[in-house]
Amino acid sequence: MSVTSEFLRDGLTRKAWWQRLGLWDWGWGALVLAGVLFAYARYSALMDGFEIIILAGTAPVVLALGWGWKAMRPYTLAVALLSLASIGLYGGELARGDANFFLKYLLSSQSAIMWMSALFVMATAAYWLSLFMRSDFTGRVATALTWCASAMGFIGLMVRWRESYLIGPDVGHIPVSNLYEVFILFAVITGLMYLYYEGRYRSRAMGAFALTVISASVAFLLWYTFERQAHEIQPLVPALQSYWMKIHVPTNFVGYGGFALAAMLGIAYLIVDRVKPGSAWAARLPTLGQLDDVMYKAIALGFAFFTVATVLGAMWAAEAWGGYWSWDPKETWALIVWLNYAAWLHMRLTKGWRGRPMAWWAIIGLFVTTFAFLGVNMFLSGLHSYGTL
Amino acid sequence: MAGSPNTPNTPRQRRGTGAVLVEFLGSMNLAITLLVALSFAAIIGTVLQQNQPYPDYVRKFGPFWFEVFERLGLYDVYGAAWFLLLLGLLLVSTAVCVYRNAPTMLRDMRHFRLDVQEKSLRAFHQQVEWQAEGDVTAVAERAGATLAAQGYRVRVKDHGDRTVVAGMRGTWNRLGYLLTHVAIVVICVGGLIDGNLPLKFAERLGRLQVETRDIPAAQVPPESTLSADSAAFRGSVRIAEGGQADFVFLNVRDGFLLQKLPFRVELVDFRVEHYPSGQPKSFESDVVIHDPELAEPLKRTIAVNHPLIHRGYAIYQASFSDGGSRMKLRAHALDVPNLAPLELEGAVYQNLKVITPRGPMSIEFIDFKPYNVFPDEDGGGGFRNYGPSVVFKLRNEAGEAIEYVNYMMPVIQEGRPYFMSGMRALPGEPYRYLYLPLDAAGSLDRFMTLRRNALDAARVRETINAQADGLMPAGSDAETRANLVGSITRLVEMFTRGGMGAVVDQVEKAVPEAERQQAMESYVMVLQSVLGSLYVDQLRADGALGEQGVSDADAKFFEDALEAFAALGNYGSPLLVQLSDFEHVEASGLQITRAPGKDIVYLGCVMLMAGVFFMFYLHHRRVWVSVTAGEHGTRVLLAGSGNRDRAEFATEFEGVRRVLAVATGAEAMTQQEAG
Ligand code: HEM
Repeated sequence: MSVTSEFLRDGLTRKAWWQRLGLWDWGWGALVLAGVLFAYARYSALMDGFEIIILAGTAPVVLALGWGWKAMRPYTLAVALLSLASIGLYGGELARGDANFFLKYLLSSQSAIMWMSALFVMATAAYWLSLFMRSDFTGRVATALTWCASAMGFIGLMVRWRESYLIGPDVGHIPVSNLYEVFILFAVITGLMYLYYEGRYRSRAMGAFALTVISASVAFLLWYTFERQAHEIQPLVPALQSYWMKIHVPTNFVGYGGFALAAMLGIAYLIVDRVKPGSAWAARLPTLGQLDDVMYKAIALGFAFFTVATVLGAMWAAEAWGGYWSWDPKETWALIVWLNYAAWLHMRLTKGWRGRPMAWWAIIGLFVTTFAFLGVNMFLSGLHSYGTL
Repeated sequence: MAGSPNTPNTPRQRRGTGAVLVEFLGSMNLAITLLVALSFAAIIGTVLQQNQPYPDYVRKFGPFWFEVFERLGLYDVYGAAWFLLLLGLLLVSTAVCVYRNAPTMLRDMRHFRLDVQEKSLRAFHQQVEWQAEGDVTAVAERAGATLAAQGYRVRVKDHGDRTVVAGMRGTWNRLGYLLTHVAIVVICVGGLIDGNLPLKFAERLGRLQVETRDIPAAQVPPESTLSADSAAFRGSVRIAEGGQADFVFLNVRDGFLLQKLPFRVELVDFRVEHYPSGQPKSFESDVVIHDPELAEPLKRTIAVNHPLIHRGYAIYQASFSDGGSRMKLRAHALDVPNLAPLELEGAVYQNLKVITPRGPMSIEFIDFKPYNVFPDEDGGGGFRNYGPSVVFKLRNEAGEAIEYVNYMMPVIQEGRPYFMSGMRALPGEPYRYLYLPLDAAGSLDRFMTLRRNALDAARVRETINAQADGLMPAGSDAETRANLVGSITRLVEMFTRGGMGAVVDQVEKAVPEAERQQAMESYVMVLQSVLGSLYVDQLRADGALGEQGVSDADAKFFEDALEAFAALGNYGSPLLVQLSDFEHVEASGLQITRAPGKDIVYLGCVMLMAGVFFMFYLHHRRVWVSVTAGEHGTRVLLAGSGNRDRAEFATEFEGVRRVLAVATGAEAMTQQEAG
């Protein structure tokens, strides 16, 4: 390989990270800062101390996301602008949701979420197509669709947040308070996670599998909407009126997202493991090494966030129920999920297990997780009475 | 751990029993077994509802399995000895694991392994050699500078014949391991401090006795009472508005213990606010803490998610219920209506003895609600407030009870006001509702008068006689007539006392299958005409009869009255209890806890979170550059290892190799992969 001069430069004298930031990075920084300052200048009067801290906290997160993962920049911009556009179109009265064309068919939370659902399903189809047809173009389309779907979902949540306040100031709340809302969150987060690894490994081969689980959750979401009118915004029961909810729930879903992704890759692993090496199929499918690797990364990420989420949950419980741990079914199942993946990680990292058994275990893990997240609300009674089907 | 040299390989000590034990306790197999075992144990506790009343379990499993499960402690899994043992084992195992790994890891973090032999470096997965320009020291120097520039911490050692440059990155990964696992221990310890182990011991030693009778706090014997200086507990107490408590109840299996508090909690007021849609919006209690250690009483308002912390005791809004609302009630005797209604006074949770036409009975007041918001029947998503209601059981001498819920305010149906009362024989089943029509004044008077007249045999016979003249064919003898009048009178009485049910029974007894249908119809017609004329007389007496006859409203009233008569048959109560006045008293369910271990647990949590992230996202990597003076020039041997993610380290190693190669002016490069 030829040694280029600029390679020499940053090879021999490794600059501090901030020296390595390019013009665009600084632009991004400025933009985020401007956004936060604007929000502060505009709304600080309406915010309490806690909310100002949250606002301040979002700045570095968005900044880091944009720096560490370039694709996050257009995404964040799109979500921000379209959300603002929608909120602007509402301009303080809910009725406009039906009157205004753009709201009715695109940007009201419900339409945005329907768009998300449609786009995710299309993306799934596209990924499978590109897998079978070996069409690179279809693959690129699939990626684009996934990005749009994730954006629409996020916008839907943002707008729903606003809509809840338009219904009534005391009804307003962040949309992570019931199964319907967290399912959207799940789809969006899992979608973004997948996109991250897709970019990281420059391979779309995993997409078909990852998007399948998202489509499944979308299917549930639609059933839940049309069968149970779950999309109607309900005011918060007192137990949920807490700041902890705002951080506990989203953190949890990074965990769930990671575990779900890992399970789907586990399935992929078992399939790829069956095709004979060197065959035409082997060429299209992701490599075992890659799957094993991403599976670990997804579970590691999931586990880390799930740990934080569980701790936050305990702190919330201490405030709402009078004890940081009550062995309430939901709590207990969170622990079960956690222990399960702790065991998984040990097997991999200390016993060096790899391959099929770990793939199977990751898949079983998803069943455990799904029960913790759905089954408990459906079948077991407990303090987490909200979000029951 | 990918078999890299910085695996925490346990020191091989003499295999004494102690060593073997440590080996076993610290073994990964045990750890994993424990993690999985705990998961399964935990599942039992969620599938089988915990700490329910024991009779429920008996009903569910039958006496035999109930016994078995109780012995296994399955009704309180998380308090069961075997479960705590599992947790304890995990604690020990983790502790031992840390104890065994910590020294190696700490050494690992500090030591650069400058004495590493070339042949062991050659055994590395990642290693490469080449010829460099310049003498050993110069090359070593440049190598060191380059590694440092790459972000490695660097040490150099001159072994005379060769110089070793060692670099290390991401050492905090090892710290991560320590944090994570120490955190587990810390959290378990904190949990134990707050756990109920002391109680269990006291119980085992017979110093404590779980109280299983349903008795007020005042009567709880000392052997079931815990003094105010208990270190940790979690109990709850219900305080009525205006009431006070200096204790909480701790539920233990099928009973409870009384936990004394070093202060008194007084409930001044309890409030529930609702959203317009009727869902609850907030539960708030205004409490006053009376504490000898306080200069003056402490006034505070607590709400869900906003507890009050006082001297390490946390007071939470947990639930609410009726606090013994006082009520005035009017009881109408249904089958002896000329009895004047008796005026009663009662309060929720109290029983009242009453003498009814069907013998002595007791009214057990269960609950009172100042409002009842239900979704509209029309299903339009709207809500409707049915006003105050009282729930009570009416128990006869035989001990059989029927539950009633009676609403105070007239309930409007199709524009007409009714007195609404729901009844059910079994707690589980839905209420069946009775609607009695109310007169213009909104009172039951008109209905009760009609009923009184209907039960007044003489009056009824009179009416029938009057009608009979019309009914009878001319010249039919007095006997037939008397029979007819007699049977109709009985019919009317049967209907009024026994409702439609009684009439149907009668028909099924007396009339052959084929004619029943028709018989019923004629019966109903007769009933309507007789009771109808009674009603008309009543209207006339009240001067409610205009010259154009019975008004539509009055006609409707009569239909409703007849339906009510028909239904009253299986209302099951000789009394119609009507709320006339009330004084609502609420009670707040407070949970009071003391958890000195909480901060320890939180400390553990912080360690855990930090540790996990360190472990996952900092990779411990080492590289060595061994520079030797060979016969033709200086030779460089570069080797490295990372404790995570070979692929990633491989790319990093390649980067390092390239910059080093350039920096050391590499000539012919010979890379060989060690198998
Ligand atoms: C609830 C209990 C435990 C939890 C939650 C837990 C969690 C973890 C986690 C998350 C890792 C990270 C794997 C990585 O480095 O990425 C890990 C590694 C490890 N754990 Fe545990 N652990 C637990 C108990 C134990 C026990 C009892 C042992 C002792 C047998 C143990 C031994 C280890 C070892 C040796 C590693 C590898 C450390 C390394 O080299 O990076 N763990 N543990």
